[in-house]
Amino acid sequence: MSGHVLELQNLTMQFGGVVAVDDLSMYVDKGEIVALIGPNGAGKTTAFNMITGVYAPTNGAIFFNGEQIISNHPQGNMKKLYQGGSAGKFPNVMVKLPDVITKLGIARTFQNIRLFKDLTVFENVLIAKHMRSKAGVFAATFRLNAKEERAMRAETMRLLEILELADLRDETASNLPYGKQRRLEIARALATEPSLLLLDEPAAGMNPQETAELTAFIKQIRDDFKLTVFMIEHHMDLVMEISDRIYVLDFGKLIAAGTPDEVQNNQRVIDAYLGVADDA
Amino acid sequence: MSLTTILQHCLTGISLGGAYALIAIGYTMVYGILRLINFAHGDIFMMAGYFMIFAMASFPWQVAIPLVIVGTIVMGVVIERVAYKPLRTAPRMSIMISAIGVSYLLQNLATYLFTAIPRGYPEIPFLKKIFHIGALSASLVTFLTPVLTILLVIFLMLLIKKTKVGMAMRAVSKDFETSQLMGIKINNIISATFVIGSALAAVGSILYFTDRMSVTPFSGTLPGLKCFVAAVFGGIGSIPGAVVGGFVIGIAETLLVAMGYSTFSDAFTFLLLIVMLLFRPTGLFGEKSTDKV
Amino acid sequence: MKKGTKRICSLVLLVLIALLLFWLEANKSGQGMLISILQKSAILAIVAVSMNLLNGFTGLFSLGQAGFMSIGAYITAILTIPVVNLDGVYYMNGVAPWVRALKEGMEAGPSWLQSVYPFLALIVGGLVAAGFAALIGIPVLRLKSDYLAIATLGFSEIIRAIFSSPQMDTITNGSYGLNKVPTFPKFFGLPSLFTPFIIAGVTIALMVLLINSSYGRAFKAIREDEVAAEAMGISLFRHKELSFVVSSFFTAISGGLLAMFMRSIEAKTFSIALTYDILLIVVIGGIGSVSGSVLSAFLVTASKEWWLRFFDQPLTIGGWQVPLFRTGFRMVIFSILLMAVVLFYRRGIMGNSEFSWDGVARLPGRIKGWFSRKRPAHEAAGGDGI
Repeated sequence: MSGHVLELQNLTMQFGGVVAVDDLSMYVDKGEIVALIGPNGAGKTTAFNMITGVYAPTNGAIFFNGEQIISNHPQGNMKKLYQGGSAGKFPNVMVKLPDVITKLGIARTFQNIRLFKDLTVFENVLIAKHMRSKAGVFAATFRLNAKEERAMRAETMRLLEILELADLRDETASNLPYGKQRRLEIARALATEPSLLLLDEPAAGMNPQETAELTAFIKQIRDDFKLTVFMIEHHMDLVMEISDRIYVLDFGKLIAAGTPDEVQNNQRVIDAYLGVADDA
Repeated sequence: MSLTTILQHCLTGISLGGAYALIAIGYTMVYGILRLINFAHGDIFMMAGYFMIFAMASFPWQVAIPLVIVGTIVMGVVIERVAYKPLRTAPRMSIMISAIGVSYLLQNLATYLFTAIPRGYPEIPFLKKIFHIGALSASLVTFLTPVLTILLVIFLMLLIKKTKVGMAMRAVSKDFETSQLMGIKINNIISATFVIGSALAAVGSILYFTDRMSVTPFSGTLPGLKCFVAAVFGGIGSIPGAVVGGFVIGIAETLLVAMGYSTFSDAFTFLLLIVMLLFRPTGLFGEKSTDKV
Repeated sequence: MKKGTKRICSLVLLVLIALLLFWLEANKSGQGMLISILQKSAILAIVAVSMNLLNGFTGLFSLGQAGFMSIGAYITAILTIPVVNLDGVYYMNGVAPWVRALKEGMEAGPSWLQSVYPFLALIVGGLVAAGFAALIGIPVLRLKSDYLAIATLGFSEIIRAIFSSPQMDTITNGSYGLNKVPTFPKFFGLPSLFTPFIIAGVTIALMVLLINSSYGRAFKAIREDEVAAEAMGISLFRHKELSFVVSSFFTAISGGLLAMFMRSIEAKTFSIALTYDILLIVVIGGIGSVSGSVLSAFLVTASKEWWLRFFDQPLTIGGWQVPLFRTGFRMVIFSILLMAVVLFYRRGIMGNSEFSWDGVARLPGRIKGWFSRKRPAHEAAGGDGI
C-alpha cells in the first residue's frame, strides 16, 4: 500500500451522537518522531485508543507497515447516527484486541500512568516479556523453559540498566517518584519489543528540567531501539524541539500538519489554542 | 392444565413476584449508589421475618407491623454504618466480602438465637381471608401484594423524582465523587438508601412469609439471590426494572413448580441471569456506561 | 538467613510433618478427631489455594467453588463405589445400566490398575470440571467483578440443581445422595491416612509453580490492571480462561477428596454456604497468599471443629452458669471474628506475602514490637492504605 510505518485513513470515532475523532488521515514514517497535539478534549487519546485496539473505530482504517490492521464502517445503530465523512469507503471489517496489536509491534504508554502498582519494578518489565515467550503452560509450570526464562530476566535487567532503573528493581512500582514511574512505563513498553512506540503525554506533570531530560531520552531510545515514535504532548518546548512533524487536532478534526515551524505559525492552530475572539 | 389452573398459578406467581420486587428494589438502589451487591439484604429480609414472629407475640398486628418495619430499618442502617462505611475507599472485593460476612453473621446469629428449626409465621387473620373471583380463589394477601407493590413503587418513584433527597440519590448514583464535591452528604444519602431498602424488605418479608407460613435462618439466602437476579434482569439501578424483574421471576418460578420442575426453579433464575448478562448486560432498562482508558 | 540454613529448616519441617503422620498412623484409634480435622484441613487447603489462584492472583472474583467441588465429588463417588454396594446405594430408584456396566468393566481390570482407580477417579473429576469451566468461562469471564461473582454462583447452583434433580436419579441418586464411598486409597504402599496430605502437597505445589511462572506473572498483571496487561500483549481471555480452568480442576480434586473423607455426599453439601466457608479461609489467610490460605485452612478448620467447640457447650464457672454458651454460639463468635478481620485487618494473616524462613526469623522481633510503645511505621499504617 505505502511505505509508512503507521497510516490512518479517514479514522472516525463516534460515541452515540458525539464525534470524538472526525475523519482523521495521517501517517508516520520510519524513524520519525511525530507529535499529535491539540487542546484538551480534541480526541488525541481517542486516536491512540483506536490505534491500539482499545476502541474499534466507527469508520476508517489503520495500516501498520503497509498492512491493514484495523478497518471498520458504521454498523447497526451507528448507520443512522453516523455524522462523520467517508462512509462506505471501508467495506471490510477488521477489529483487533489490544494484545494482538502489541504483538504486531506497537507499544504504548498511558496518559494516567497504569503500572502494575503492587508489583516490583523488575516484575513490571518482566511481565511485558511474557508475550514473546514460547513456552506453553505446562512447560512454564514445570520449568522446562529455564533457558528462555533466564533470557527474559537478563533482557529485563538490561532494559532496566539502560533506563537507569536497575537500582530500583525490587521497589514496588507505586512507591516510585512520578518521573520514575513514567520512565518505568516506557521501559515496560520497550520490553514488548515494539517497532512503533506511542507515548501518551510522557512529560505530563514534569518540571522544565525533567522535560529537558525526557527530550534527550526519547531521542536516545529512538536511536538505540530503532524506533518510530508517535506521541501526544502538551509541553510545546518538548514538542517543538523533538518532533520531525506535528499534527494538530481540534474538536476531533485535523486542522494543521507540518514541521514544527509551519505549525507554529499556522493561524488556525493559534486560534485553536488561544481561542478566536468572537465578540471582537 | 386448564385455563383456570394456569390463571390460578399466575395469580400466585404475581403475588410472589410482588414480594420479590420489593426486595429487588433494595438491591438495585444499593447497587446503584455503592456499586455493591448487598449479599446481606436477603438475610435482613429473613431477620424481618423473625422480628414479626416476636412482635406478633406481644402486640396486635396494627402495632407489630410498624415495629417490624422500624426494627428492620434500624438493622439495615446499622449494618451499613458498621460493615460498609469503613470500607468506602477499599477495593471493591473487600466490601463485597464484608457483605458476605454480614450475611454469614446474620445467618449464624439467627441459628443461635432462634435455632435452625422452622418457626411458624404468625397469621394476620384478615390477610388470610379467602376471596373468590370467578373460578379463582386466593387469600387477600395474594391480591394485596401486587397492589401494594405498585403503590409503594409509585410512591418511591415520586420520592426520587420530586424530592431533594431523591435528587441527591440520583446524583450520587451517577457520580459518587463529584456529588460529594457538590456538597451532598454522601453518608446521609447512603443511609437514606438503606432506610428505603430495609423498609421495603420488611414489607416484602411480611407479604412473603404470610404466604409461606414459616421462617428458618436460611430462608433469606435464595430469595435474596433471586431478587438480585431480578434487579440485574431489570437493569441494575433502575427501580421499574427491578419491579418487572421481580414479577418475571416470581411468575416463572411458580409456573415451573406447577409443571413439576421444582428442582429446576432455582436454577432457572440463574439461567435467566446468565442469558441476560450475555445478551444485554445492562438489563432491560439499564443504562450503558463505559470505562475511560 | 543463609540459603543453606533455610534448606535445613525446610527439611526439618518436612521430617516433622512426616513424623507427625507416622505417629498419627500408629495411634489411629486414639487420635480419630485430630486425624479427621487435619485431613479436612488439607482438603480445604487445596480448594482455598485454587480459589486464591482465581481471586487473589488473577483478580477474578468467582463464587462457583461449591459447584466445581460437587462435580469432583460426584464423579469420584460414582466411580469408586464398589459394585456390590450399588444396589444398597441406589435402593430407591435403581442404578442406570450403563453406570453398572462401566463399573463392572472397571472391576474386571487387573489389580494394579484397580489400585490406581481412585486416583484416576479424582483426575477424571478434575478434568470434567475443567472442561465445564472452559465452557462456561467463554461467556462468563467477560463479566466484571461482581457480575462474575453472581454468575459463577448461579452456575454453581445450576450444577447442584442438576445433580439433585429426579431426572438424574439413576446416576446421582437425586436428592438422596450417594453413600458407601470408599475412604482414601493407599498411596503406593503408604498408609491411606497419608493420601489427602500427599495429594494436597502435590496439587498446591503445582499451583505454586504455576503462580511463579511466566503465566502466573501474567495473571498478576491482569489482577493489577486489565487495560495495561492487555497493552503488554497479554490476552485477557486466554489467561483468564486458563486460570479459571486450572482453578476448577484442583477445586474438583478437592471435592473428590471430600467425598472420600465424608464417605457420603448429597447435593445439599455443596450449597452456597460451602463456597462462603472457603472464601472465609481465603480472606482470613490473606488474599493473594498461598501459604496464608494453607495456614488458614488448618486454623479455621481446627477452631471451627475443635478449639471453639466449648462455646457450644454450657459453661459453669464456680457454680455460676455463664450465659450465652449454647449450641450455635461458636458460629456467631466465628462470624464476628471474620467481620473483625474484614474490617480491621483486611490483609488477613499473611497479606499478599508468602511464608519464608526469614519471616519466621523476624517474628520474635515483630512480636516484641507489638508490646513496645511505638509500632514500626509500616505496621501502624495497616491495611493497604489508599
